[in-house]
Amino acid sequence: MLSLILIILTATFFTGIIIRTKSIASGRKGPGIFQPVKDVIRLFKKGTVYSETSGFVFRIAPTIYFSSVLVAMLVVPFGQSKGIISFNGDFIFFAYVLGLGKFFSIIGAMDTGSSFEGMGASREALYSMFAEPAFFILMGSLGLLTGYTSFQEIFSALHLGSPISYALAVLAAFVFLMIAMIENSRMPIDDPKTHLELTMVHEVMILDNSGFDLGLILTAGFIKFAIYGTIIFNLFSGTIAYAYAIPMFFVAQLFLAFAVGMIESFMARFRMNQNAQFIVVLSSVSLLIFFGALLISGKFV
Amino acid sequence: MNLVWSFILIPFIAICLIPFLKMKGKAIAVYGVISFIAFLTGYLAIQTLSGENFHLTLPGSYVSGPINLEIDALSAWFILIINFGFITGGFYGLFYMKAYIDQPKNLNLHGILFILLHASLVSLCVIQNSIAFLVAWEIMALSAFLTVIFEHEKVATLRAGINFLIQAHISILFLMIGFIWVASQTGSYDFSAIHNYSLTHSEPVSLMLFLFFFIGFAIKAGFVPFHTWLPYAHPVAPAHISGIMSGILIKIGIFGILRMLMLIQVNYSTIGSMILVISIISGIYGVMLAILQHNLKKLLAYHSIENIGIIGIGIGLGCIGLGINNPVLSSLGFAGALLHTLNHSLFKSLLFFTAGNVYQATHTLDIEKLGGIVKKMPQTSILFLIAALAICGLPPFNGFISEFILYTGLYHWFQDAQMGSLISIIFTVTALAMIGGLALMCFTKAFGVVFLGNPRHAFQHEVKEVPFLQLIPLYAIAAFIILIGLFPKIFMNILIQPVQLFTGLKQLPFAGFQTNDLEALVSISHASWYLILMVLLILVIKKWVLSKSTVTVSPTWGCGYTAPTAKIQYTASSFVKTYSKLFGLFFLISKREKEAQGIFPSEAHLETHPYDKIEKWLIDFPTVNFKIFMGRFRFFQNGKLQFYILYGIIFIISIISIPLLYDKIIQFIGFLKQL
Repeated sequence: MLSLILIILTATFFTGIIIRTKSIASGRKGPGIFQPVKDVIRLFKKGTVYSETSGFVFRIAPTIYFSSVLVAMLVVPFGQSKGIISFNGDFIFFAYVLGLGKFFSIIGAMDTGSSFEGMGASREALYSMFAEPAFFILMGSLGLLTGYTSFQEIFSALHLGSPISYALAVLAAFVFLMIAMIENSRMPIDDPKTHLELTMVHEVMILDNSGFDLGLILTAGFIKFAIYGTIIFNLFSGTIAYAYAIPMFFVAQLFLAFAVGMIESFMARFRMNQNAQFIVVLSSVSLLIFFGALLISGKFV
Repeated sequence: MNLVWSFILIPFIAICLIPFLKMKGKAIAVYGVISFIAFLTGYLAIQTLSGENFHLTLPGSYVSGPINLEIDALSAWFILIINFGFITGGFYGLFYMKAYIDQPKNLNLHGILFILLHASLVSLCVIQNSIAFLVAWEIMALSAFLTVIFEHEKVATLRAGINFLIQAHISILFLMIGFIWVASQTGSYDFSAIHNYSLTHSEPVSLMLFLFFFIGFAIKAGFVPFHTWLPYAHPVAPAHISGIMSGILIKIGIFGILRMLMLIQVNYSTIGSMILVISIISGIYGVMLAILQHNLKKLLAYHSIENIGIIGIGIGLGCIGLGINNPVLSSLGFAGALLHTLNHSLFKSLLFFTAGNVYQATHTLDIEKLGGIVKKMPQTSILFLIAALAICGLPPFNGFISEFILYTGLYHWFQDAQMGSLISIIFTVTALAMIGGLALMCFTKAFGVVFLGNPRHAFQHEVKEVPFLQLIPLYAIAAFIILIGLFPKIFMNILIQPVQLFTGLKQLPFAGFQTNDLEALVSISHASWYLILMVLLILVIKKWVLSKSTVTVSPTWGCGYTAPTAKIQYTASSFVKTYSKLFGLFFLISKREKEAQGIFPSEAHLETHPYDKIEKWLIDFPTVNFKIFMGRFRFFQNGKLQFYILYGIIFIISIISIPLLYDKIIQFIGFLKQL
């Protein structure tokens, strides 16, 4: 329950901070940090334009995408407090329920019969396929390290004692951050601010969404960021008391959003054909974590 | 006894009567017999699952010895799957075949063989005698072959059918070697003889025996590299037959493997690792090739190979669990495999049936020619979508449940595994995740291109939804898919008995899934409900919000271009272009292209045909070389009668002289020994 509140709170400012950071880094003043939320609220009030090619799939796809992200959010714990849904193997459910959302966002894009949206859909399908193994190997390694198979138990049992486990947590945080970037179509993979449809991934998929639907998709994006931010924080929080953990959480989220903003300001996007290779690298890093976990648990023969 | 007689006689009478009935009568007779068989055997199966085993001994013949018939929990599970498939598939077939109403003779044969196929599949689950089993197996193979080549006037159909026939008989060859091996050593054709034989012989011998059976059954199941018949046979068969073949027929291979695991005492760890490796290869290879296919049914056929791989992963894990005396891993592995067998039979038959609807409406299965069907055939589209989501293993559908069980088994094995096993776990997990991701890509492509967007081809005829009656079995299957997804616990409880048969092989303690990690299933069904409620809630809110604002319909955003055509849409090939370039190493794509040249290019075309690399090297390459080699002996076949008589005489003389020569050789060896 606690995690739910924290994630929703984080979702309200996370993207705003990224945008603000980027503005300041490029010498502008930039909008307030709640501007994205205000934009979404405005979108919710607006009318909707549907493509004449599209059918019912296009109309329900954003709803299911949004719901899948919401349900995934319910799984994420915060420190000792469980998520609303918590069971052994809940991270499998987490990944697959996000997959459901992805499926619908892809077929929603295909439903418009556009020449561009298929392109984004194809890329999204490919990248998510590559990102999936990294997540499962990573969670498996953490499971091996702790002996548990649910988010909450894994995170609360992650004892950070030896230097290797610090290294592992850092690596894991890196992998999660990159998965978050892929899931949210941010910088090294995709540029949300690009103006050319040919080079977009996520943005081009939602070209035809408007009004309420677009609001749902954007909100889902904010929440996704907050979800991954929370997971990354969980890697380090362990058994810290809430009185310290909650302020630390917000500081960490601020820092994370700032870091994402800085990456986006000072880094160019990868060439499209190198993205796949880059995502495979994540699986290799996860394998590295796996071997580290083997070392720590003394099973490395 | 009466049961067996009615099981044989009623179909027999019906088969004799069908040619003489009117069209409607034929349909009723075929479906009546199918339902009769289904209810008879289904009743026995349900009784078995509720604790009352069915056992019967037929006197048999002089050759075969007494024939034991037995339904244990494993057969019961498969019988129920088979019956459900035939009840829905048969009903669907009645309507699908309406298009061929002007071929009554062909339909007679088809109906008769359909009954035979059902009866033989059910008997395969029951028979406990090698000879009777092989007879039933042959009936099954032949009737499947003849139902596949229903449209035998087409060359492609006939070729695919013959391919199937040959491979089915290679499978029978391996089974025969296995059965004869045991029978020649023990003198009994009963299945218990196989068990006794493996108990009294050393490990490698049992392993060899198991391998013969495994290859025989794996050809039927479609494990890579024995899969090459599948992608040919499925597309050419009528839709209900493809659905039944993919949903049920290949599962009899899985049944055979499971049955042999129960009978033959082997080193389970070795067998488990072997099955695991083959299954992972099958799973990934199947889905990787599926993505490339342009033919909708061929795409689905490759997905069967993928799903057989997933089932195999479950069997492999189960065996390894037996090998290392880990009851949880073993029970989860076998439960995952058995549940996925059911799940796959559901969603795959639904996919084939909906593909059949598309074919009926458009007369093509070429994905690149389809598009925009969702507006013309909304019900078919929704059913296809449900099945597609289920096959990708997404919640809240049934595919997720079985994959979740496998993941749970794998992560459970993590706790007490050592280095070697840990690495294989990681590979399996990666494989499962990859399969999931690739399947998602494949079905977004299939659904997106076939059903969504604008029509890519102007059909001369009207594309319209099939009659509602034809959709009824499809809805029944879809209901089951959702039921398993939302209430997995019920089905896991049914699975306790079949799984106990396997854990009992090593006397592992296993009473039920309550004690295991599977409490999670309850939470999963809760979470699925949350998901559904959330979707409904947001839809209601959306409706309310939209009622207050304006909703307009306008053309798709064309980036400023105002005259888009249907050709401008993303095609299936372009959807997977990046993918096929990345994994080009594994594929064999023949390409014919003529590039556009000049300032005013006249014409350009590009044609690609994906081909199976394993098929090329494992089937085509040896076949071609064998043909070349045999071609050298063509001079024997010179068309002169005198020569043929000479060959006959030479043959007879050599046959007669072999015993004489044999004696001489023995004498000679004896002479050598004396020296």
